[in-house]
Amino acid sequence: MEMIIAKWNYLVVVMLMMIGLFTVMSRQNLVKKLIGLTLFQTAVFLFYISLAKVDGGTAPIIVHNAVNQDVLYSNPLPHVLILTAIVVGVATTALGLALVLRINDAFGSIEEDQILAAKNSDYGRNDDNKGDKA
Amino acid sequence: MTALLVDVFLVSMMVVIAILVLYTRRLFAAIVLTGAYSLISAAMFVNLDAVDVAFTEAAVGAGISTVLLLAAMARLPAEEKKGTSLIIAPLAVCLIAGVLLIVAVMALPPFGDPTSVVHQHVAPRYLIESDVKLHIPNVVTTVLASYRGFDTLGETIVVFAAGLGVFLLLSTGRRKKNDGKGDKDEK
Repeated sequence: MEMIIAKWNYLVVVMLMMIGLFTVMSRQNLVKKLIGLTLFQTAVFLFYISLAKVDGGTAPIIVHNAVNQDVLYSNPLPHVLILTAIVVGVATTALGLALVLRINDAFGSIEEDQILAAKNSDYGRNDDNKGDKA
Repeated sequence: MTALLVDVFLVSMMVVIAILVLYTRRLFAAIVLTGAYSLISAAMFVNLDAVDVAFTEAAVGAGISTVLLLAAMARLPAEEKKGTSLIIAPLAVCLIAGVLLIVAVMALPPFGDPTSVVHQHVAPRYLIESDVKLHIPNVVTTVLASYRGFDTLGETIVVFAAGLGVFLLLSTGRRKKNDGKGDKDEK
């Protein structure tokens, strides 16, 4: 029990990550896959921020008070890394969505099995080539 | 203790939302639930002392990515097709990966341990120098813009490349009305 409370945040993060991964792998819908990726990503952010936490610490913004000079701060480095990751994550989501929109234009579907079926038929192949030339 | 209770409450909400997202077939519902998931994770970040990250997650994660997904949905079918999900292989992969990750996580130092290795290397230097040398009270800002300025430059390049990619993908399509959309995504 002690063990589980000490590692609680990490264990829950693993659970959230696996729900996200399962969404990405099991669903055929491309938008659903992107959403699963977002779930996974946010779980990884939580993992990093959990590592940065110091018990009894406060946000890493320096306070000046004469009374108490030895304030404990959380580790600022993972915070910075995750700030960058959040912005990059949105950029990749936008790029993924643009790809999904183009796939929908070319194949008329965002379901993976239908896209594969359309790709193997004549219609899909011609349509795809036309898209490439334009 | 209070922090732990808040933590347990928020995290259970996140798990419930993630499962709802997994099972709903309506994509609009899934997108809005993802926004809620991001917002709750922002609350988690405040609870874990990462206020700057919480700001960014609330604005960018819960705001901009939800807006982008909703904007894309304007041109995509709103329902997920029925009965096409794979179960066994993904479940097996997730269970194996989950067990391996739990084994790895058990070897980490306890949550919130101030003597953990992560806190011993550069972090103390940042915390001391930020105030004394650079006179910036917010240490996250100092690290982002001064110590790791090149990382931030790299981030900007990635965002620019992604914006360019979105613009090119949407402007060379068959439909000419795509052009406006590309502009919006690039910002």
